Amino acid sequence: MKILVCIKQVPDMESRFKVNSSGDWYSDADLAFRINEYDEYAVEQAVQLREQQGDSCELTVLSIGPDRVQEAIKKALAMGCDRGVHIQDNDVHKKDPWQIASIIAAYAKGKGYDLIFTGMQSQDRGSAQVGVTVAELLGHACATTLVGFEYADGAVKAKRELEGGVKGVVRLKIPALVTCQLGLNIPRYPTLPNIMKAKKKEIEAVPVASLLGEQPLSVTASFYPPAKKGGGIVLEGDVADLSDKLISILKEKTAVLR
Amino acid sequence: MKALLIGEYREGKLLDNIYELVAFAGKLGADVSMVLVGDAANVPKVNGNLHLADVGKYGEYNPSAHRDLVVEAVQKENPDYIVFPHSSYGWDLAPRVAAKLKVAQVSEVVGLNDGNLEVGSCNAKMRRTVKPAAGKVVVTLQAGAFSYQGEQQGTPTISPLEVTGSADVEFIGYEPAEAKDVDLTKAEIIVSAGRGIGKKDNIPVIAALAKAFGGELGASRPVVDAGWVEHSHQVGTTGQTVSPKLYVACGISGAIQHLAGMKKSDFIVAINKDKDAPIGEVADVLIVADVLQFAPALTAKLQG
Ligand SMILES: Cc1cc2nc3c(=O)[nH]c(=O)nc-3n(C[C@@H](O)[C@H](O)[C@H](O)COP(=O)(O)OP(=O)(O)OC[C@H]3O[C@@H](n4cnc5c(N)ncnc54)[C@H](O)[C@@H]3O)c2cc1C
Ligand SMILES: Cc1cc2nc3c(=O)[nH]c(=O)nc-3n(C[C@H](O)[C@H](O)[C@H](O)COP(=O)(O)OP(=O)(O)OC[C@H]3O[C@@H](n4cnc5c(N)ncnc54)[C@H](O)[C@@H]3O)c2cc1C
Repeated sequence: MKILVCIKQVPDMESRFKVNSSGDWYSDADLAFRINEYDEYAVEQAVQLREQQGDSCELTVLSIGPDRVQEAIKKALAMGCDRGVHIQDNDVHKKDPWQIASIIAAYAKGKGYDLIFTGMQSQDRGSAQVGVTVAELLGHACATTLVGFEYADGAVKAKRELEGGVKGVVRLKIPALVTCQLGLNIPRYPTLPNIMKAKKKEIEAVPVASLLGEQPLSVTASFYPPAKKGGGIVLEGDVADLSDKLISILKEKTAVLR
Repeated sequence: MKALLIGEYREGKLLDNIYELVAFAGKLGADVSMVLVGDAANVPKVNGNLHLADVGKYGEYNPSAHRDLVVEAVQKENPDYIVFPHSSYGWDLAPRVAAKLKVAQVSEVVGLNDGNLEVGSCNAKMRRTVKPAAGKVVVTLQAGAFSYQGEQQGTPTISPLEVTGSADVEFIGYEPAEAKDVDLTKAEIIVSAGRGIGKKDNIPVIAALAKAFGGELGASRPVVDAGWVEHSHQVGTTGQTVSPKLYVACGISGAIQHLAGMKKSDFIVAINKDKDAPIGEVADVLIVADVLQFAPALTAKLQG
């Protein structure tokens, strides 16, 4: 069995975002990057399937981006992926989800992946498109927003999360692609021996130009912080003072402390 | 300008979010037509063409058939905008339609800005306007971003919609939501723990604050996913929707799916070490502090 998992590196969402000089995205400087949270669930599920299938199975992790995405790939290798693919693109800038998906599909085409895992969405963009579009381009069956995954006899039994806690149970034959939702599993922490082992694993470098044949279908026109509407009070300082202040505000403005 | 709106049908019912799509089309000044995989007894109260496919034949979740049905309706109507709700149905189906038509998709639109589509970014800390290439565009709309007022009272002109082809995903059935052991919707005060509390061992700190207030313990999703508290405490789109007299968010960033579950609370206090956390947008009071220091201090004062 051959498995592919696609991961995106995103900035820590607790960062302060500054708009870049061209005004269409954040400035990369001073940001700490990590694996997109949704993709950690994808990697964990792929690794669990790899373990279930044993050594006849090969699990590849792929990421598109500048050199720093190798850190994300290395973490996935330490979690248990067998090999990495770094699609080198210093200009992920101005690529829309359609192009990202077409690059992944161009790489995967003809390689016989039985299962492809992606996150349901990225944390910085949140388009929730790339996975589904890859499946469409490859002609694979696809289900999104998984909170349950079982594989047996050439088919995936998946639980899709719907609104209000209801779930939809579906079955897909391989080749298939699934997009992973928060809570699908509990992603493991790489152990030190596995981090050391991961250093020896291959990371194939592929220049993006060899895979990109599509023009963008959309561009970012502008990027900016939202106008602050909230007229709330912001309090800072010593915690004891803050408690007193909050209690007097609650006494004044609500009935809960009376 | 023309907009084709895609209705959502779940467990035998038409969902109301179709009217949010109508409100969006109204903002665009677009003529409306619709597609629904449903049944004639249960159609949107909206004037315009309705291309109706039989849910008995195609099923409620059958992505390849639904994709082909929408594409078929696109061919008949030739719309400028193809509009879905950004829901588990919409985000699953929209990219399939966009890929088939090879047109841009703009996801989770929250507004229109000078005619450009506006979307959130970086956990709602930033906004982005997106310019699709000329021609048709597929959009999905954030739940609640385009609201409609009053009773709807149109009547659609129905025409049947059919396609051939087999399903590549088999729908087995629905699984109901887990039973709840606490009913947060009845609580007057809720103190919720978010990922910012750091670890499971800190849950008692927040639970103690909830108790000092005489309220219930709530939680954001990651806290539930990690198994720190039961799912019945989760607030948000995939948990409970609450509107207590006081909501205290402890180490919760304020993602849209969490806000959807609590923003109607009468009074909101947020404790967050990040002054820019989006929860600040809905909070009446934002306390910029380490919740692990502030919560015990507040608990002591409330008890004392
Ligand atoms: C530094 C930087 C600058 C950027 N600047 C711009 C810009 O100026 N204008 C612009 O339009 N876009 C820009 N982008 C973003 C653009 O490349 C999007 O990431 C891309 O369009 C995918 O959309 P999404 O993140 O919404 O994916 P989604 O559809 O939300 O992602 C779903 C899943 O697809 C997979 N995936 C997504 N991206 C990758 C990837 N790179 N490698 C491997 N798997 C992936 C993951 O599994 C992910 O969970 C920038 C990105 C970066 C990192
Ligand atoms: C389809 C879908 C459905 C979803 N449904 C829900 C739902 O029902 N409910 C829900 O909650 N989420 C839901 N989510 C997830 C949601 O998008 C967010 O990921 C989630 O709400 C984030 O939880 P959080 O705020 O606790 O964590 P984070 O976003 O990680 O935020 C943690 C916050 O804590 C702050 N912090 C860190 N340390 C401290 C400290 N010591 N003191 C004070 N503050 C600190 C940080 O500044 C940060 O703001 C859903 C997502 C999807 C895609």
